[in-house]
Amino acid sequence: MSRKPYVPTLPNTWWLEKPLYIRYMLRELTSFFVGAYVAILIVGLWHLSQGPEAWGGFMSALSHPLAVVFHVIALAFSVYHTVTWFALTPRTTPIMRGDQFVPAAPIIGAQYVIWAVASIVVLVAVLW
Amino acid sequence: MDVFETDIVIVGAGGAGLRAAIAAAEADPALSVTLLSKVYPMRSHTVAAEGGAAGVATAEDSLDNHFNDTVSGGDWLCDQDAVEFFVEQAPKELIRTEHWGCPWSRTIDGKVAVRPFGGMKVERTWYAADKTGFHLLHTLFQTSMKYPSIKRMDEVYTTDLLIEDGRIAGVLAHEIRSGKPMVILARSVIICTGGAGRVFPFTTNGAIKTGDGMAMAFRAGVPLKDMEFVQYHPTGLPGTGILISEAARGEGGILVNKDGYRYLQDYGMGPPDPWPRKKAMELGPRDRLSQAFWQEQQKGRCIDSKWGDVMHLDLRHLGEAKIAERLPFIRDLAKSYVGVDVVNAPIPVRPVIHYTMGGIHTDINAATPVPGLYAAGECACVSINGANRLGSNSLTELLVFGAVAGRNAAAHARGVPIPSRTNALAQADGHRKRVVALLERSKATESVVGLRTALNDTMESGCGIYRTEETLRATVETLATLRQRFANVAIDDKSGIYNTDLTGAIELGNMIEIGECMALSALQRTESRGSHQRLDHPARDDAAFLKHSMAHRVEGEPPRVDYRDVVITRSRPAERVYGGEAK
Amino acid sequence: MTDHKTFTLEVLRYNPESDDVPHVQSFTVPYEEDWVVLDALNWVKDNVDGSLTYRWSCHMAVCGSCGIMVNNEPVLSCKAFLRDYLAGGNTKITVGALKNFPIEKDLVIVMDSFMEKLEAVKPWIIRTSERPVEDGTFTQLPKQLMRFKRHTMCINCLLCYAACPQVGLNPGFIGPAALALAHRYNLDSRDQGKELRKDVTASHDGVWECTFVSACSEVCPKDVEPAGAIQEQKIESSIDWALDHLMPGRKSR
Repeated sequence: MSRKPYVPTLPNTWWLEKPLYIRYMLRELTSFFVGAYVAILIVGLWHLSQGPEAWGGFMSALSHPLAVVFHVIALAFSVYHTVTWFALTPRTTPIMRGDQFVPAAPIIGAQYVIWAVASIVVLVAVLW
Repeated sequence: MDVFETDIVIVGAGGAGLRAAIAAAEADPALSVTLLSKVYPMRSHTVAAEGGAAGVATAEDSLDNHFNDTVSGGDWLCDQDAVEFFVEQAPKELIRTEHWGCPWSRTIDGKVAVRPFGGMKVERTWYAADKTGFHLLHTLFQTSMKYPSIKRMDEVYTTDLLIEDGRIAGVLAHEIRSGKPMVILARSVIICTGGAGRVFPFTTNGAIKTGDGMAMAFRAGVPLKDMEFVQYHPTGLPGTGILISEAARGEGGILVNKDGYRYLQDYGMGPPDPWPRKKAMELGPRDRLSQAFWQEQQKGRCIDSKWGDVMHLDLRHLGEAKIAERLPFIRDLAKSYVGVDVVNAPIPVRPVIHYTMGGIHTDINAATPVPGLYAAGECACVSINGANRLGSNSLTELLVFGAVAGRNAAAHARGVPIPSRTNALAQADGHRKRVVALLERSKATESVVGLRTALNDTMESGCGIYRTEETLRATVETLATLRQRFANVAIDDKSGIYNTDLTGAIELGNMIEIGECMALSALQRTESRGSHQRLDHPARDDAAFLKHSMAHRVEGEPPRVDYRDVVITRSRPAERVYGGEAK
Repeated sequence: MTDHKTFTLEVLRYNPESDDVPHVQSFTVPYEEDWVVLDALNWVKDNVDGSLTYRWSCHMAVCGSCGIMVNNEPVLSCKAFLRDYLAGGNTKITVGALKNFPIEKDLVIVMDSFMEKLEAVKPWIIRTSERPVEDGTFTQLPKQLMRFKRHTMCINCLLCYAACPQVGLNPGFIGPAALALAHRYNLDSRDQGKELRKDVTASHDGVWECTFVSACSEVCPKDVEPAGAIQEQKIESSIDWALDHLMPGRKSR
């Protein structure tokens, strides 16, 4: 009579078991789209540095239907990335005020405010 | 059988056991300390204690006050030399736990805060919100990890003590997960296995509180002292028996009957106002409060609930902010287990068995009559709690006498040789047959559940809050029968691996023996004192009974009970007075 | 509320002496409105099969013994109310041992690895010199206590380890509870041992194995917030790394 502990193995489909895991994997997937978009921006900058023809070529490539589809999906994932990031911030950087922790809502809210302000600034700069 | 050698064995890794281990390790790092526990240390029942730990903390208080509160709270059955030592050591031990990181609640200037508690004239109960036992246990457990000389053997169940020439020789145990028996030879042994609340059906105690260490010591010839004194905590949740801390009353909670009346004023603890007020009304001692419930029950003034008779503990007037800060755990418990939000509604409560004042006979040095064998904590009876324990003295007791036991066990171990292997193995083989018999017996005439239920029922009916000769005799007879029937008990699980059916059966055997000690000691004590109340002998009788009951084992028979004088130094027995004006 | 008189309890059984793999066994158990899953397990053990094996003690969610999977979620069996699982016509509850640990028998896991990880983070007050008892207690203001207090609430129930996929994928990961406990001591104003914990907490098996899935904090019955504790340590570890490279030979904060 000896011990024989049973060692379970985690299947590769572990993340399909719970909505929380699926949302996590989607969040991780956003990094691909964020990274890809940054790469496209860098490529765009390089084309810009090569002169108006190169820049024109880059811009028309961007208006290809597949490119548009990609950008829509990338935008959705980037927004998801941002929203989840904002939501997690109060837990990664707890702030104390007096004897209590600042609740999550003002910290999350403040980030949205900064995001809105930054967006407005960029938009104005672009349109001007 | 595997044989290990060690200098000190400690059985039980709760507050007392861990404190003893630390004390032994600090006293002499060269000694090996082996800490055995049938559960992982953080599961020990110390974890469930809520309210606090008492130790003189303020300039307005004094050791004399703590001494007097404790002795009168114990209805003068406390050994006063031990109480003097205890109150003096208490603040020092509590300071040590603070240095070790215990997250005590604080005043606004950063000092340790203290709260009022039952039977105490001045606030001296240190608290960590309402989870003091939890925080103390984890602090002690985590601190114990820093001593290399402490070796833990977790989930190892100790079944018997081994004796050689009248001295301790070690223990017989088995590893729960493999079933493998082992003999551990030791120069000193400290028992810290806790109380025996599971002898009763309605209790705050967890599954593990089965008095194993008391039974082991009893079988090894050590008398069990004052076993008739079992404490009913006045406010447990009906149904589960879950503890609602005295702290709820310390913070101002009140108890009302079905008429919304604060009934404690009818039992010598009034007037009801001003409130809160120390040593009065809901801050009276636990035995008086539980007895008041029973009296109210006889008068039909309890509230009828789906769980039977209850009273209401009302905290609404404390307000949400105070409850969230001081009593968050209580709020969570009431919400989960009886569906009540204490901010909006009163909590149904009733007395439930909580603490065993009696236990292994020890002296002020935590030593039993067997050289090398020590005991500390709820399993021991020094006695500092006498006939009734004051709330928040118990956690401090773990620290004070755990430390004493550790230091003395270490000193003793330095002076004696390791006991003989052959002798110990022979004894162990004899004891082991009992365990093996449980595993091998297949034709079951008795079940563990059946006997356990019968045990619980007879203890509750005969040996409860109020007792009579008639009910006690009936219980004593039933218990003797149960002891005999236990010889035929069989278990379903024959496995060697992690067999909880087996440990449950061994625990049952221990509980039957302990129940017998409780009932017989109660039968013979023809007086009422503290938590032992006789309807047929309602007065306290100091002339005959200012003594400890000592239950001695007799093979195949009920225990024999004789008496030992209480040590009185400077507090002569007087009337226990609660209520009145603030004193 | 439900008006079941009985329900089906499906238990993942495993007897190492006769089984090679765990298998499901069904029991018909009485339904009581106040009962928790632990009460159902006790009923089965007392009335049907005494070999059903599981850990429990306090029955009030403070000892941490009774962690199991109920309907594939890690919970304390003493606080998992039948009425919550059997609402809306459900008649079945499934239980099994906590995920991500070897199974000893039935619902009992082998938790040796956790005990080692707990010890590895040095979870005790570390000081350069001990304070004498005569000097009394340390002064600790309520806000200093508040800073680390929630991380003291861990009952070592291991639900977080069962929920964390990184624990499942890498058994060497120190894990949520142990790392939260390290953070508790690092934040305690009385402790001076942060540096000594770093080689474990800031290692590859320490905080850097965490990818902030945050399942741990979701399942924690005591709001210990282990995920937050780990991320805080990652931030601090990163700042340390940067400062160490910018100013070599500096003394750590």
